[in-house]
Amino acid sequence: MAKVLMKGNEALGEAAILAGCRYYFGYPITPQSELPAYLAKRLPQVDGVFVQAESEVSAINMVYGAASAGARVMTSSSSPGISLKQEGISYIAGAELPCLIVNVMRGGPGLGNINPSQSDYWQATRGGGHGDYRTLVMAPNSVQEMADFTLAAFEYADRFRNPVLMLSDGVLGQMMEPVVMPSPKDYDIDSKKWALGYTGKDKTARNLCTSIFMGQEELEEHNWSLYQKYQVITDFFKANKELAVEEYLCDDAEIILVGYGIISRILKTVVEKCRKRGIKAGLVRPKVLWPFPSEIISKLADKASKFLVVEMSYGQMVEDVKLAVEGKKPVYFFGRTGGAVPSDFEILNEVDKIVRPD
Amino acid sequence: MKQVFGKTKVLSANPTHYCPGCDHGIVHRLIAETLEELEVADKAIGIAPVGCSVFAYDYFNIDFNQAAHGRAPAVATGIKRTRPDSIVFTYQGDGDLAAIGTAEIIHAANRGENITVVFINNGIYGMTGGQMAPTTLVGMKTQTSPYGRDAATMGSPIRVSEIIATLESPAYVTRVTVNTIANQMKAKKAIKNAFTLQKEKKGFSFVEVVCICPTNWGKKPTDAHKWLAENMLPVFPLGTFKDIHGIEKA
Ligand SMILES: Cc1ncc(C[n+]2csc(CCOP(=O)(O)OP(=O)(O)O)c2C)c(N)n1
Ligand code: SF4
Ligand SMILES: [Mg+2]
Repeated sequence: MAKVLMKGNEALGEAAILAGCRYYFGYPITPQSELPAYLAKRLPQVDGVFVQAESEVSAINMVYGAASAGARVMTSSSSPGISLKQEGISYIAGAELPCLIVNVMRGGPGLGNINPSQSDYWQATRGGGHGDYRTLVMAPNSVQEMADFTLAAFEYADRFRNPVLMLSDGVLGQMMEPVVMPSPKDYDIDSKKWALGYTGKDKTARNLCTSIFMGQEELEEHNWSLYQKYQVITDFFKANKELAVEEYLCDDAEIILVGYGIISRILKTVVEKCRKRGIKAGLVRPKVLWPFPSEIISKLADKASKFLVVEMSYGQMVEDVKLAVEGKKPVYFFGRTGGAVPSDFEILNEVDKIVRPD
Repeated sequence: MKQVFGKTKVLSANPTHYCPGCDHGIVHRLIAETLEELEVADKAIGIAPVGCSVFAYDYFNIDFNQAAHGRAPAVATGIKRTRPDSIVFTYQGDGDLAAIGTAEIIHAANRGENITVVFINNGIYGMTGGQMAPTTLVGMKTQTSPYGRDAATMGSPIRVSEIIATLESPAYVTRVTVNTIANQMKAKKAIKNAFTLQKEKKGFSFVEVVCICPTNWGKKPTDAHKWLAENMLPVFPLGTFKDIHGIEKA
């Protein structure tokens, strides 16, 4: 397919349609508005359903309903709206339903501002809602990946019967880049025999979608089976490293920069500039934030002597990096918030301070 | 011997967890009989709320979803949009529908979702032990209005059917009760009208059932039904507030 110039939010929307998603439920919020605007136009053209809900709370519960009925379904929002969706996400995780939730992150806490940010990392990777559950979290860093990851997200969601969260930000959502659209996937609603309303001849009992397990033993058994599923997801990404992380010039690196999403694009420039100055720098970029690629970072900590984590927050993912490094090497941090995207020059300065402390 | 009454096969064999004399069981039966009579049980999907009827799914032999507190109309929207040929209904209490879920019910009704909502108004939060509901009568003592509901600071009972009936989209809005056999038969008719409209894809139907909660009202079921007639019905008058297709006359 030919390259087209598209905004990240729109590329994600088109990729959702290519993935067989025909249902979108959402509530307006900046900076993700291009995505619902795009789908409001496109979905009716492919016999799909677009509903502007009365709130994010309702939108996520419409997703819960549609997913329980077997739909490939998605919602999107930005930080304050994602906070409102958390109860619903917990139900979706508890009932083991597949869906895609997109967070085009903006500045917080509270109403914060509409500038790009990465301050929802904890909320995304620690569950966000109540209870013992995990969402699979993906972090694209280009318009191309906004599209590619969306196709993958729907596949993972169905394969693991788990919600998938796409953690993007205001820059990725709104910037334009050339993109080659992935090939379309066929989706058959009747492939989900557990879905409500499934009427296939092989249906022997009624179908039920619930997250309530009143007995102590019953709930413990359910949570145990969820835990085992989360282990399967973790093992899947351990076995498919290339899906979980991008490593750049790490083999001989003394200092390894770590960042996800839009930051990783800047870090790549920083690594190149470091190399020109004779500093052996490398880059690790998690593409999947949960399960976190701890093993890979742990192995790198045996070779490299220092780590610098850069985020558009005052330090959230850095905690996972520290857990992975296990104190073997120092882990430094640099962050900006409020919508400030750190420049390569600023980060280079930080690297200099670390590698040439005089 | 000729059998004149039997249990519908849409109800399961499970014993219910409802208190003796509770109206939930009666309304379950009326819905189940309706699904059987309209021959739609095999494509019916219910949505259980959070409230005493959270386990409603255990008592019906049909597909079921269990929704978060107040969100059943949004969940129903997602299901019905995905499976437009199925028969989708929510079953919700007054705390669920008229307090935490006010936005969801108003907007599902206003979009004219082709679903049926059965609203159990017992004037109290049954499941959590008898707290004040938006439908609690003025002066009524509950766990959280121990001196009686004071209209000046706690508001007055919300009449949901009347509010829904002001919207353009809903096809059918009616209020019934099940305190006598005659009223049960009327309630059955209303529920059947609602599901018939849905089956014919004629839009949003809403049946409010004024019910008792003997346990949290602190009354014997017979006394509670009497109290309902004398105190609840003057505030929540029975009747049909909207019927755009004239199904009651048909
Ligand atoms: C988000 C949330 N808030 C509160 C509760 C606790 N809760 C469970 S049932 C209920 C009230 C239900 O009352 P109603 O809807 O009137 O149903 P009834 O039990 O009277 O049939 C409440 C507040 C909950 N489960 N979830
Ligand atoms: S608490 Fe009230 S509403 Fe709940 S089952 Fe008992 S009588 Fe019925
Ligand atoms: Mg109640």
